[in-house]
Amino acid sequence: ADYSPFLGIEKGAVLQEARVFNDPQLDPRRCSQVITKLLYLLNQGETFTKVEATEVFFAVTKLFQSKDIGLRRMVYVMIKELSPSADEVIIVTSSLMKDMTSKTDMYRANAIRVLCRITDGTLLTQIERYLKQAIVDKNPVVASAALVSGIHLLQTNPEIVKRWSNEVQEAVQSRAALVQFHALALLHQIRQNDRLAVNKLVSSLTKGSVRSPLAQCLLIRYTSQVIRESANNNQAGDRPFYDFLEGCLRHKAEMVIFEAARAITELNGVTSRELTPAITVLQLFLSSSKPVLRFAAVRTLNKVAMTHPMAVTNCNIDMESLISDQNRSIATLAITTLLKTGNESSVDRLMKQITNFMSDIADEFKIVVVEAIRSLCLKFPLKHRSLMNFLSNILREEGGFEYKKAIVDSIVILIRDIPEAKESGLLHLCEFIEDCEFTYLSTQILHFLGIEGPKTSDPSKYIRYIYNRVHLENATVRAGAVSTLAKFGAMVDTLKPRVFVLLRRCLFDNDDEVRDRATLYLNTLGGDGAVVETGEDVKEFLFGSLDIPLVNLENSLKNYEPSEEAFDINSVPKEVKTQPLAEKKAPGKKPTGLGAPPAGPPSTVDAYEKLLSSIPEFANFGKLFKSSAPVELTEAETEYAVNVVKHIFDGHVVFQYNCTNTIPEQLLENVTVIVDASEAEEFAEVASKPLRSLPYDSPGQTFVAFEKPEGVPAVGKFSNMLRFIVKEVDPSTGEAEDDGVEDEYQLEELEVVAADYMLKVGVSNFRNAWETMDADCERVDEYGLGPRESLAEAVNAVINLLGMQPCEGTEVVLNNSRSHTCLLSGVYIGNVKVLVRLQFGLDGPKDVAMK
Amino acid sequence: ESCPSIKNILLLDSEGNRVAVKYYSDEWPNNSVKEAFEKSLFTKTQKTNARTEDYVFNEVGGRVIPWIEPGRVSNEDLNTTEIAMFESHIIVYKFVQDLHFFVTGAENENELILVTVLQGFFDAVGLLLRGTVDKKEALENLDLILLCLDEIVDGGIILETDANVIAGKVASHSIDAAAPLSEQTISQALATAREHLARSLLK
Repeated sequence: ADYSPFLGIEKGAVLQEARVFNDPQLDPRRCSQVITKLLYLLNQGETFTKVEATEVFFAVTKLFQSKDIGLRRMVYVMIKELSPSADEVIIVTSSLMKDMTSKTDMYRANAIRVLCRITDGTLLTQIERYLKQAIVDKNPVVASAALVSGIHLLQTNPEIVKRWSNEVQEAVQSRAALVQFHALALLHQIRQNDRLAVNKLVSSLTKGSVRSPLAQCLLIRYTSQVIRESANNNQAGDRPFYDFLEGCLRHKAEMVIFEAARAITELNGVTSRELTPAITVLQLFLSSSKPVLRFAAVRTLNKVAMTHPMAVTNCNIDMESLISDQNRSIATLAITTLLKTGNESSVDRLMKQITNFMSDIADEFKIVVVEAIRSLCLKFPLKHRSLMNFLSNILREEGGFEYKKAIVDSIVILIRDIPEAKESGLLHLCEFIEDCEFTYLSTQILHFLGIEGPKTSDPSKYIRYIYNRVHLENATVRAGAVSTLAKFGAMVDTLKPRVFVLLRRCLFDNDDEVRDRATLYLNTLGGDGAVVETGEDVKEFLFGSLDIPLVNLENSLKNYEPSEEAFDINSVPKEVKTQPLAEKKAPGKKPTGLGAPPAGPPSTVDAYEKLLSSIPEFANFGKLFKSSAPVELTEAETEYAVNVVKHIFDGHVVFQYNCTNTIPEQLLENVTVIVDASEAEEFAEVASKPLRSLPYDSPGQTFVAFEKPEGVPAVGKFSNMLRFIVKEVDPSTGEAEDDGVEDEYQLEELEVVAADYMLKVGVSNFRNAWETMDADCERVDEYGLGPRESLAEAVNAVINLLGMQPCEGTEVVLNNSRSHTCLLSGVYIGNVKVLVRLQFGLDGPKDVAMK
Repeated sequence: ESCPSIKNILLLDSEGNRVAVKYYSDEWPNNSVKEAFEKSLFTKTQKTNARTEDYVFNEVGGRVIPWIEPGRVSNEDLNTTEIAMFESHIIVYKFVQDLHFFVTGAENENELILVTVLQGFFDAVGLLLRGTVDKKEALENLDLILLCLDEIVDGGIILETDANVIAGKVASHSIDAAAPLSEQTISQALATAREHLARSLLK
């Protein structure tokens, strides 16, 4: 049964066989067979050496002598597979050009495809005339071949292909479905940077009748694009082209119906009235007998449920029957959609169905379900008991690391956010680490127990679980367990004697990290194991948050060279550098970081600090507190481009003006900025450092320093004037004339604002940090922000105004939410820690309650 | 990039080995990466398909209902196209005898467009092999299969989806009007092919 015509095929032998291509009397049938064998070898992943490929290529070119059509087809395919080099292409060019002008349509279509695939720009101009003709050829196969080749060539030779747009436009009107599709795709790509032209194209085609379903799908995509781009300047009234999209929902091809339904659900700020017809169509697809339709529909509805859960609830019954779909992708999508749209009363029933389902899906699907359950639990906190039980049950079952991590993360988040779930959640985690094969998860959980355990009603019950780890685990987990034990000892005075007994046993551990930790804790916690309170400063020293970004600490430690001088933690910059969104939200992560976060970009603060301290005038200003991002003081593309960086010191402010001269014919000398500080009363100019010379296109800096009251966040407005001596430059020699003229150039104003005195410093656990702060420092205020474009816009505006670091991803506002809480943290000048909890509400005039 | 594009078309045997494949995307830079993709895709889809027999009855909302819904028992529907998300691609596939047909597209591609391509390939192969669609027949007519792939997609862009046209271009010695394989005979051949498939499946 396992017979194959290629059994025992061998490359060397086939290459030998290829010699028949050189026979004076060609046997087309035999030649075709040999080409098939060569193609088979290539298809199986065999490769030809350069020499072999060249040899085969030359032999194949001989086959153009044969008139056999079948053989010619194989020759075309073979040439494309060999992707010949430029000097080889020349050999076949004339043969292919002959075929391109042949009377046989099949030759013409294929020769065009082959030639366009292997050609370079120079040859293209020679054949351009034929290609333009081919585009409007009456044979659809020839026209499509030319159009598709045009789409490929547009990437490499856009200027040539753009010249064909008249012919392409004509082809859009073709009666042949596929020609219309290819022509529309090419025409749009030619015009894609011309918004007006695309707009016109869409307007005219949406009125007429596009015959091909594929072309209709393209038109729907282009229409969505036009809607998206026109949305900004067309606020009121009906959405343009919506009627066209809705009309496509009644198209006879499912492909088009679905494309239109999906396009409607993805409209920016889609209303429920606009959504309804699309949802109705998708709902019908849900009960289709074709898995692909069910999949496409449920996948789209799943996305809709994230932003418009109410719109999808009508489909819940259909969705529930999909839980038992044979196709597990469909079932998973159905479940997660239901979890997003379900109401409180349906939770228990859903959970029962999911439990059966979980055992026969792969980990990747399980993770999706776990995440959906977590969101559900946060939505319906009253259901925490059954949801938490579900999570702990699946935690005990088999599963890989990513899956287990998703479950643990979810439990941790639920414990944090739902106080009633805390005790049961902690016990579930304790039981899990009794038999956990992943070191990473064990240490995370131990650390988390150290934070939450001491705050529970009966902290002592966790001690046993933690101490068991010291006996049974590897060194990393043992060290983590020691730290957690110590934390219980420090936080719960009554437990201290027992913890001391346990810690003393750890002094004999065979791992030095474990012993060192135990020794450190025994010596610092104090009281020698008596029931006494642990000092606040000790707690802060041992368990306080590090206050500096780990990336910065890592960099500083790497740069530290061992010397007499001890490493000074205060030398580590506190400014948070642009933080990739992905690495936020690492619940229960150790402050000392088991898996160090990826290193951020190198700090520019260092560079500024070095620069400023090298200027004698500024050397005695003390430590640089903060440098702002550059603020542009000129419009783009003006003669001189200037931006300013504000450097804040305790008692001084230095403006660093970065200037660029964009005129090749000019050399600027003695460049200064004259600053008028009349609207900034608390500031007094103390120094100015001019820039000697500013040649064309090589940026330079000039500085102005101001004194201000020490430690006071003085604000003010400064107007700036660039003053310089301008000299003409001969562009040919690059030499400047000797005489220059004094000139001035007005720059935009600059402001020193409160945010300049604020450092973006994140905290690892906002809630803990908030609770540990003195209640006396708390201020609560309410502000009306007036009408705003959207909640997200308001949140961003306030964050920028305050210049603080958003924590725990709270700067992201969910679409369509009516309220939002945003957590911010920072360090104010004078090293004052500041935490802000912003509550935004959306009700008529937008009020902001600020805590 | 708003034009639908095909990332690859795969024809594998019942052990996941290649019969014929064509990649149009450079996401798979070399042969070993391609083979690894084919192997894991094959394994994954094997598992889902192997379940078919176990799920004749399902409990839905507390009721036991027969899985095969009305309208699904026709011969054509027995040979359904399945779909899966795999490594951030959408893959549609169809199995018949010891041949496994796959078409891969981007994650955000319209699933039904991919199905059209798969169906075009599948039916065209059925026509070209005159109804005997299995590995042996496919390998013996590998030239036809390769030409067929060449006529369906060009550099990722869908060239033709109508099985009759595809098969006509491959099998005929000319695509001129006076082609020996007229529309009529092709649709007849297609009908025979379908019948044959259905019969071999119902065995």
